Amino acid sequence: MFDLKGYGPELLSGAVVTIELAFLSLALALALGLIGAAAKLSNSRVAVGIATAYTTLIRGVPDLVMMLLFYYGGQVGVNMLSDYIWETYEVDFFFQFNPFISGVVTIGLIFGAYMTETFRGAFLAVETGQIEAARAYGFSNWHTFRRVMVPQMLRHALPGIGNNWQVLLKTTALVSIIGLTDMVRVAEEAAKAERMPFHFFIPVAFVYLALTAGSELFIKWLDKRANAGVIQES
Amino acid sequence: MADQAPLICRDIYKTFAQLEVLKGISLETKKGDVISLIGSSGSGKSTFLRCINLLETPTSGDIIVHGDPIRFTNNRKGERIPADNKQVELIRAKLSMVFQSFNLWSHMTVLENITEAPINVLKVPKKEAIERAEAYLNKVGIYERKDYYPAQMSGGQQQRAAIARALAMEPEVMLFDEPTSALDPELVGEVLKVMQSLAEEGRTMIVVTHEMAFAKDVSTQVLFLHQGVIEEQGTPEKVFDHPDSERMKQFLAPKF
Repeated sequence: MFDLKGYGPELLSGAVVTIELAFLSLALALALGLIGAAAKLSNSRVAVGIATAYTTLIRGVPDLVMMLLFYYGGQVGVNMLSDYIWETYEVDFFFQFNPFISGVVTIGLIFGAYMTETFRGAFLAVETGQIEAARAYGFSNWHTFRRVMVPQMLRHALPGIGNNWQVLLKTTALVSIIGLTDMVRVAEEAAKAERMPFHFFIPVAFVYLALTAGSELFIKWLDKRANAGVIQES
Repeated sequence: MADQAPLICRDIYKTFAQLEVLKGISLETKKGDVISLIGSSGSGKSTFLRCINLLETPTSGDIIVHGDPIRFTNNRKGERIPADNKQVELIRAKLSMVFQSFNLWSHMTVLENITEAPINVLKVPKKEAIERAEAYLNKVGIYERKDYYPAQMSGGQQQRAAIARALAMEPEVMLFDEPTSALDPELVGEVLKVMQSLAEEGRTMIVVTHEMAFAKDVSTQVLFLHQGVIEEQGTPEKVFDHPDSERMKQFLAPKF
């Protein structure tokens, strides 16, 4: 049997951290992506400006730099805010900016920018006639968005979402740098201590592979459902 | 109340940037009227139809649906916009539109396409909406296709489904925007036949069309538009057989 030298349970809990981190970041990224796309496609110049600044900034800075900035900078920011609140209102407000929260926020923000572009393109791909028909039948803006635009947009967005998700999942490995004991961090410690890099990193690689392969199947299934009304040419 | 005109349009103007497309079009319907709008491309007939249900906002002029005038206001740039979106939604629900390219929602089955607006806009109970939809699908002759997606049907079937969708709103007026122009010639007949049966039932219809035979045989009134104005107007007999306008005579002249 494959012997993990007693690191098995730790590796397993590291894998759980990786998965939690990935799903929470994905939820944040999807929410930010929808908001960002809606802002970019809106008539408000302020909203377009903010969304454009957001995607330009985030997509132009390396993920690692962002993560270090949020982790170290985030805590300093909280401290400054905490001091200010204490001095002005004498209210004790403080929280520790832990690596897990910094990880979720950073990865969510980074992939929110990529999702914004994915959703924006997908919304633009919806035929105007479909939206016009909704308006002509007395749908409110919200009803048009929810019942026509989102379901039709998803068909175009899913391949991009799947792609972003896979990259996101692998990006979670970066959190080991800010001290979060995810699966990579545990493997790194174990490999150093036991001087057995293959022994620990290869299983980790397989866990990532299993996760990405599994999600690919899931995305394929979603894609099939989203394309229900479309004749496939093949 | 009972005999109130379903739709009155007064002096509709529409300008896009510098281009004046409609220059004062008026129209009054009685219940059961079938009004055909004819004219060459660019004459403004589709734009006029789109102004009626506010897919385009008229630059000036009044639209009165069953005694209810649409209220307008100006936005910050001084453009005219509807004052009350809720009112626009209510009015649109009374004027259902059939589009040239069908515009059935492609992610919904035929039945879902037809029940969507009655359930969510008119707040008809689901069961009743389904019964209504099935009755209208029977009427347009595609009941057996109710669980198909639009892309799985021919153009003629899609357009008949779109007509069933319009009927399910039980509208005051049905607006048809060149309903047969995107169809293969052999499919035009099935759609025109459905429209003719609707006209015979006494439904109020406004039809933008290039089908002169339909305009002549089915309409109660024909409007010939040219460069944004009504050039000729009256019964089909008058417009087709004794037109006053030189343009109308040219329009009817054999092309080859």
